[in-house]
Amino acid sequence: MQVTAMDVYRLLPKTNCGKCDESSCMAFATKLIEKELTLDDCPQLSGDERQKLEDLLAPAVREITFGPEKNQVVVGGDEVLYRFELTYYNPTALVVDLPDDLPSEEIRKRASDIMNLKFERTGEELTLDAIALRNKSGSPEKFAEAAGTLAELNFPVVLCTFDPEAMRAALEVLGDQRPLMYAATKDNLQEMADLSISYGCPLVLFSPGDLEEMKNLTRRLRAMGLTEIILDPGTFTGEGIGDTIDNFVMIRRLAVEERDEDFRFPIMGIPALSRLSGGDPVEDNIKEATVAATLMNRYADILILGGTDIWELMPILTLRQGLYTDPRKPQTVDPGIYEFGDVDENSPVILTTNFSLTYYTVEGDLKAGDVTAYLLVLDTEGRAVDVSLAGGQLTGTAVADLIKDSGIEDRVKDRVLIIPGLAAPASGEIEDDTGWKVLVGPRDSSGIPDYLEKLASE
Amino acid sequence: EAVEALPEEEFEPPVKTYPGEVAQVKLGEGTRKPVYLGGQKALYRFEEPQPNPPVVTFDVFDIPMPGLPRPIREHFSDVMEDPGDWARKAVKEYGANMVTIHLIGTGPKVMDKSPREAANDIEEVLQAVDVPLVIGGSGDPEKDPLVLEKAAEAAEGERCLLASANLDLDYRKVARAALDHNHAVLSWAITDVNMQKTLNRYLMKEGLSREDIVMDPTTCALGYGIEFSIDVITRTRLAALKGDADLQMPMSSGTTNAWGSREAWMKKDEWGPTDYRGPLWEIVTGLTMMLSGVDIFMMLHPTSVRLLREIGETFTR
Ligand code: B12
Ligand code: SF4
Repeated sequence: MQVTAMDVYRLLPKTNCGKCDESSCMAFATKLIEKELTLDDCPQLSGDERQKLEDLLAPAVREITFGPEKNQVVVGGDEVLYRFELTYYNPTALVVDLPDDLPSEEIRKRASDIMNLKFERTGEELTLDAIALRNKSGSPEKFAEAAGTLAELNFPVVLCTFDPEAMRAALEVLGDQRPLMYAATKDNLQEMADLSISYGCPLVLFSPGDLEEMKNLTRRLRAMGLTEIILDPGTFTGEGIGDTIDNFVMIRRLAVEERDEDFRFPIMGIPALSRLSGGDPVEDNIKEATVAATLMNRYADILILGGTDIWELMPILTLRQGLYTDPRKPQTVDPGIYEFGDVDENSPVILTTNFSLTYYTVEGDLKAGDVTAYLLVLDTEGRAVDVSLAGGQLTGTAVADLIKDSGIEDRVKDRVLIIPGLAAPASGEIEDDTGWKVLVGPRDSSGIPDYLEKLASE
Repeated sequence: EAVEALPEEEFEPPVKTYPGEVAQVKLGEGTRKPVYLGGQKALYRFEEPQPNPPVVTFDVFDIPMPGLPRPIREHFSDVMEDPGDWARKAVKEYGANMVTIHLIGTGPKVMDKSPREAANDIEEVLQAVDVPLVIGGSGDPEKDPLVLEKAAEAAEGERCLLASANLDLDYRKVARAALDHNHAVLSWAITDVNMQKTLNRYLMKEGLSREDIVMDPTTCALGYGIEFSIDVITRTRLAALKGDADLQMPMSSGTTNAWGSREAWMKKDEWGPTDYRGPLWEIVTGLTMMLSGVDIFMMLHPTSVRLLREIGETFTR
């Protein structure tokens, strides 16, 4: 069920007044659909029209925001079941568990580890999104005290307790930073809903393994006026993982294909539950990562993890990066000359392609090896070295054009080009078309620093 | 209090019906314990029980494979000189459902072993284990059809999977070898649904049926384009269930590709030990392919094989 610009236009004032800086209401409608403008850009809407437009434009899965003003996490927003149909919006938020029964020094330390964890890939810094403060102590005072410690950090928090008293105590100190509340259940529904309304914080509904019950509870929450809801249908691990997947899929199908108002909310999974108490930490990490990867592949919008070891988080962060790239856009960098180190007219010239993954891998290796060189980046329409060789984007003439257009011939004395090992089959062709001498470098760009050193010493 | 009184609503699980279904392919006959792939009539188990659990096949090579990453070498260093011993260890100690014997040594730039020598290696592996085999070439488009032809002859009656037929080589020869000696064929296209359809159609024109073909839509590893594979595999499975007769075959993943990712093998202290990083990279790659619709996984590391099998079995149960 795709909304068209015409559907939107019908609800606009149709005066073409131009206050939105668009030529007409129809032009504005088109930009709204493409998410280039928002309803705020039309000052002419009445409250009623605006409400109707908001409902019309809301994505199949509602977007929910939590966390302090300057550091918000947005989850949900998806329109389709499969990424190839459009794209997925708002990468799965990754949240790490932190129990409240630790001394505040330890809480501060673990929190800062979570906030500072990063893994760099293809020019992007991949990081974690929030801390899940868990009321392990069972004491409202302890919970509130730990929440107070976290309040100093201005980092998004999920408050985890089924006890409305503890929740209230923590909201008392952290409520103005809009934490996500975890969780309402059938037993505390009214109290948690009241707290969610009075503190203006979004609420997770936990209804394990029973979507019929979940539907009825969501309807009650909605009837109470709640709009910011996240659904946790329970994360059953081990033998139960099949049921967990089924529930996630059913919720998302109902939201996207049937626009069932009770299920049009983001989904939360808790891979941390796969950790056995006292289990082998390596095995636990691996199990948790597999559950996280499974649920991320099956629509999880927010995940709570227990582990902070980088080797466990790397594949999860990488999977998220891949799943949430926009399939409509090639992943590229600008072609041309890139300089590394203090280049001069004697610096070597090396060639790569403008596929982001290729470029940033090479860039990382050049920096790590303190290389001084010119890097020529060829426009291969975002394709890797061997892909563009096979597909005909990496050719002698293309490289000759790049050499001419980039002006590299004015910057260096020698006419020597180092090409990737995988581009070896094109070396003759490149020599013929450019008139440069071509040297075939190693297959993997991590070998470039050593290769250049050897070359210099020869 | 009015809220408490809302009438309960019934919940309807969103179950769909599908006009098409995936063919079931049998691997292993004669002296092999058979394994079944595919056979799905629906996308999810809440719609229709899933007929066959995913299968993992252990990669074994006909030469000692100098390039294998250390976390794998250390499990097999005692058997790498002998493909039969290697296969036996994979089955006996690591519980492989199947073994893939890659005839890398036949590559003209590797050891240029003759098709006859390759056939001897196949006989040796068939003697050593009683699980079904995938028989892979070296990747040389000239030589692979010749090698697969001899290997197919040597494995007559054992119903192996010949890997692979693709548009860059004499796929007719491969198809004929399978037909003459009762094997199945791996139909390999590079992340392109239309290329896959074309190749499958050509193979069926040669006389193979859907029950004789497994597709390899190409596995781009985690971090190296896995999203391309997710999209293509998802589209392929959806097309099959919608009734596209050219795509109604089970799918295979060269999950081993994950070991080509530097995040899997490269020594780098701030990334933690490769002993855990590598297998996990392979598992997450395979798992993602499994969730996209893949039925059989070619894998390298014992831990990855064990865990992926365990997870796969829980998905279909
Ligand atoms: C993902 C992928 C695709 C994606 C494209 C992704 C993209 N944006 O490029 C898609 C699905 C679109 C695709 C299409 C095709 N592909 Co393709 N694809 C791959 C795959 C799986 C991974 C490529 C990748 O991302 N590599 C990662 C990047 C970082 O590697 P890289 O660019 O080579 O960079 C490394 C090195 O080259 C080196 N390096 C880079 N720069 C430099 C510079 C210097 C100086 C040095 C020294 C080193 C160096 O270091 C880098 C890091 O290791 C490979 C198989 C594989 N596992 O490698 C096949 C592969 C490259 N594809 C192949 C083919 C045949 C094709 C097609 C032609 C298929 C077809 N018939 O349509 C098309 C061509 C499309 C086109 N160009 O028009 C073949 C190529 C065979 C060959 N060598 O001839 C491969 C090898 C698969 C195979 N085994 O057959 N493909
Ligand atoms: S500001 Fe509103 S009413 Fe005016 S042209 Fe733009 S969309 Fe139409």
